[in-house]
Amino acid sequence: MYDPTVARLTYRALLGRRRALILGALPVLLLVISAAVRGLSGADDQVAADLLGGFALATMVPIIGVIAGTGAIGPEIDDGSVVYLLAKPVKRSTIISTKLIVAIAVTMAFSAIPTFVAGLILNGNGQQIAVAYTVAALVASIAYAAMFLLLGTVTRHAVVFGLVYALVWEALFGSLVQGARTLSVQQWSLAVAQKVTDGDLVTSEVGLPTAVILLTVVTAGATWYAGQKLRTLKLAGEE
Amino acid sequence: MTTLNIDHVSRWFGNVVAVNDITMTIGPGVTGLLGPNGAGKSTLINMMGGFLAPSTGAVTLDGRPVWRNEQIYKDIGIVPEREAMYDFLTGREFVLANAELQGLGATAAQRALATVEMEYAQDRKISTYSKGMRQRVKMASALVHDPSLLLLDEPFNGMDPRQRMQLMDLLRRMGDEGRSVLFSSHILEEVEQLASHIEVIVAGRHAASGDFRRIRRLMTDRPHVYLVRSSDDRALAAALIADPSTAGIEVDVTEGALRIQAVDFGRFTALLPKVARDQGIRLLTVSPSDESLESVFSYLVAA
Repeated sequence: MYDPTVARLTYRALLGRRRALILGALPVLLLVISAAVRGLSGADDQVAADLLGGFALATMVPIIGVIAGTGAIGPEIDDGSVVYLLAKPVKRSTIISTKLIVAIAVTMAFSAIPTFVAGLILNGNGQQIAVAYTVAALVASIAYAAMFLLLGTVTRHAVVFGLVYALVWEALFGSLVQGARTLSVQQWSLAVAQKVTDGDLVTSEVGLPTAVILLTVVTAGATWYAGQKLRTLKLAGEE
Repeated sequence: MTTLNIDHVSRWFGNVVAVNDITMTIGPGVTGLLGPNGAGKSTLINMMGGFLAPSTGAVTLDGRPVWRNEQIYKDIGIVPEREAMYDFLTGREFVLANAELQGLGATAAQRALATVEMEYAQDRKISTYSKGMRQRVKMASALVHDPSLLLLDEPFNGMDPRQRMQLMDLLRRMGDEGRSVLFSSHILEEVEQLASHIEVIVAGRHAASGDFRRIRRLMTDRPHVYLVRSSDDRALAAALIADPSTAGIEVDVTEGALRIQAVDFGRFTALLPKVARDQGIRLLTVSPSDESLESVFSYLVAA
């Protein structure tokens, strides 16, 4: 299920200088905005919830999920270096599950930790808002990483498709169309967060059982299918 | 003793047939897979290496299927044609990672680096390596688990003569040790220098198989077409057609030359100057007109 060598190669590829800068940019922006908001308007629970829900969870987490999820495998398939992993007596499903674990860990590290810190800065975890959104970010990290890892095995334009999903579907349709919210990782993770905090500032459109089922199905399904794709992967750039 | 069996293997992509009903056996020693660019060599090597499913037929290594069988890689080492190889690692880190994925450790990695004589640059990033150095580190990564079958796709592409010689020595050594080594190339001389056994692929079909002397003879014995200009084309034509070494002569009026089809290469090349001298005809141009590799190959397909 987990191969430390595959994990090491994936971490090194993901946290290479340029990608690490991109991964770090949004969390830094979140912290700067949080500090500015706190400085200008003081601690306000509603503002904290709006910023963490509207920016951290709706925008930052999916984008980091896209970068980490697709980046954990897409570039290797694109340039063909994945052949060095595939030409080994290592199960393809182990390669995928290892890469998923790394993608989840990186997404969590770059999204949930800054979300928690931002929550502390904004209102000192008043009404458990920081904890709630951190839990949501952790849960969302798992589903996003799995979805975008699959995308990385399916298409060469994984980043574009990933960003379209994250920004258009989750952010735009999610806020305009009722039905879209049911099929939104953001809403599922909020359902879990709502349960954890039991407050009324964190709410979800989706019930907890539905959310948990959908999260599980999407994560497991995407991971399984990515493993299948890798078993029959045709290496690009050949005649 | 490891034998790779390719049994009536075909592979098509949509309407394009890349590999057409090929049957061959790759045994111990060095085998050259020769064919022009686009002949289907890479497709065939990918099927041999388990990266592509045959549309029909089967590839087996000592009776075990290669496709969808990860355990087969304990016995196969692969040197891909593509350059990309985790450029952010050093040579040593890269070979070590390959060793670990085979369930081995630093000792195996170090031994492989020594085999390809890359220890001196092992702590440099791969991104700083030359083409030849990359090729050697790729070799090390394929050798790290001491495989009995080694597959190399166009390993000499872009190498300078010295690097080429080093790699040839290494592959020869691997073959002498009893490993089955298969490499592809579109350059006859490369294959001739290294391979004891040659398989020729043209347009997806298995065109010839055997030791290089036989292939070479097939290639030199084929009908050659010569373009000849002389002081008296028609007299020369009349004198040449009397000899069985020529099968046909065309007087190309627009070119002002003869197109002579010679069926006996050795005899014709001796005959032409002799006939010209005897008839008092001056030869102005004698040039083979179909020496391209493709024409050599297409002749082999027909043979």
